[in-house]
Amino acid sequence: MWLFKSSIGRKVIMSVTGIALVLFLTFHGCMNVVALLSADAYNQICALLGSNWYAIAATCGLAALVAIHIVYAFILTFQNRKARGNNKYYVTEKPGKVEWASQNMLVLGIIVVLGLLLHLFNFWYNMMFAEIAEVQNAISATDGFNWIKMTFSNPVFVAIYVIWLVAIWFHLTHGFWSAIQTLGWSGHIWFKRWKLIGSIWATIVMALFLIVALAFAICPDCLGGASGKVVPFAM
Amino acid sequence: MAKNLSFTIKYWKQNGPKDKGHFESRQMKDIPDDTSFLEMLDILNEQLIEEGKEPFVFDHDCREGICGMCSLYINGTPHGKTERGATTCQLYMRRFKDGDTITIEPWRSAGFPVIKDCMVDRTAFDKIIQAGGYTTVRTGAPQDANSILIPKQDADEAMDCASCIGCGACVAACKNGSAMLFVSSKVSQLALLPQGRPEAAKRAKAMVAKMDELGFGNCTNTRACEAVCPKCETIANIARLNREFIKAKLAD
Repeated sequence: MWLFKSSIGRKVIMSVTGIALVLFLTFHGCMNVVALLSADAYNQICALLGSNWYAIAATCGLAALVAIHIVYAFILTFQNRKARGNNKYYVTEKPGKVEWASQNMLVLGIIVVLGLLLHLFNFWYNMMFAEIAEVQNAISATDGFNWIKMTFSNPVFVAIYVIWLVAIWFHLTHGFWSAIQTLGWSGHIWFKRWKLIGSIWATIVMALFLIVALAFAICPDCLGGASGKVVPFAM
Repeated sequence: MAKNLSFTIKYWKQNGPKDKGHFESRQMKDIPDDTSFLEMLDILNEQLIEEGKEPFVFDHDCREGICGMCSLYINGTPHGKTERGATTCQLYMRRFKDGDTITIEPWRSAGFPVIKDCMVDRTAFDKIIQAGGYTTVRTGAPQDANSILIPKQDADEAMDCASCIGCGACVAACKNGSAMLFVSSKVSQLALLPQGRPEAAKRAKAMVAKMDELGFGNCTNTRACEAVCPKCETIANIARLNREFIKAKLAD
C-alpha cells in the first residue's frame, strides 16, 4: 500500500490526520465560546456530548487520529534523522525564509501532547470518563461550566494552558499550509494564499481558546449570563 | 579597483566515507578580490603542492555555473552567499572581508557519502534520473513544430524546472536529507509539457520509489531547499510532484 510504503504516502497520512485535527480544534474552539455567553447553553452542549454512544464513537475516532499523527511523526522523524546522517555541520546559517516552527514540529508536537495529557486530566477524566465510570465528584460530570471555572481558578493551570496554546499556534501555522502542500493543492499563487489562510485560521482558533481561558482566569463570576452561578448537580 | 584580501580558511579533510575527518586551516595572504572561490582554492592547492603536502580535494568542472559539479558548504550555506542564485564557482572573494575566517565543509547527508575531503558521491541523483525512464518520441519524418501547442507559461516553467543542475544543495541544506526539490524539478520539467504526459504517472512513481529506496528523507516543507537553490527552484515543484504521485497512485 503506497500510503505506508512511500515517503509521500506517509506524508499524506500526516497531512490528512492533521487537517482532521485542525477541524476538530475549530469545532472545540467554537463550542468553548458558548461558555462565555451562557452557562446553561454550555452545559447543554456538555450533556449532548457526554457519554452518549455517538460522543464515545467520535472520541475513539479522535483518539485514533491523534495516535496515528503521533506515531507517524516519530516514524518520519526517525527516517529523516537516518537520511540526514550523523555528520553535523560545524557552521550553519538558517536562511531567512525558513520558519522556526517548520524545523521544530516534533518538539512543538511533544509540548502539545504534554498539554493534552493535562487537559484530558482536567476535563475529560472528570467529565466523559466520570460519566462512563459513574464516578461522583463535587461537580457534576455534565457541569462543564464549573469544571472550566475550577480549572482556571488555579493560575498555574492558566499559565500552562497559555504556553500550550502558543505551542499549538506555532504548530498550526506551519502544519496548515504544509498539509495542503503535501496533498499537492498548492503552487506559486495558492502557496501564499494557503499560508495566509492558515495563519489567520490558527490565530482565530487559538484566540477563541485563549479568550475563554483568560476570561475564566480574570473574572469567572462575570461569565455565564444570568445563571452564571450554577449550582453543582443543577442538571 | 581590485584590492587584496587576507583571511583564514578552515577546510575539511576526510579520507573516505568511514574516516572521521577534521579541519585544517591556513592563512591566505593577498588574494585579489576578483578571484573566484575555486581559483582561491587552486591557489591553496598550488601552495600545498609546493610544500609537498597533499592537495585539498573538491568537485568542480565547467566553472561557469551550469554543470552542477561544484558543491561546497561555505560558512554554513550551500554554495556560500553568492551574488545571485549561483553555484560555488560563481562566488567571488569580494563577498568576503579582510580578516574573515571561512569554513569550508562538504555536503553532509547520508545520501551523499564523502569520497575524499569535500568531494561527495552524488551517484544517487543519477540513479533517480535513470529511474525516470524515457519519453515517447515517434520515429519517422519530424512533424511541424506548431502541431503541438504549448502555452508560453508552461514552456517557461518547464524550462525553469529543467534548469535544475542536480548539484544537491537542496539535500545538503535539508534537515531531513530530503531530495524532493531535485526530484520534483526533474518530474516537473516533463510533466508540464505535452510530450512528457504519456509517461508522467509512471515517471513520478518510479522516481519517488528510487528516491525512497536510496534513503533520502521525507519532505517536511521547511523550505530550506528553495532558499539555497542556485537555480531558484521553488517548492511549487514539490506540490506538483505530490499531485502527480498521488494522482498516479489513486489511478492504479
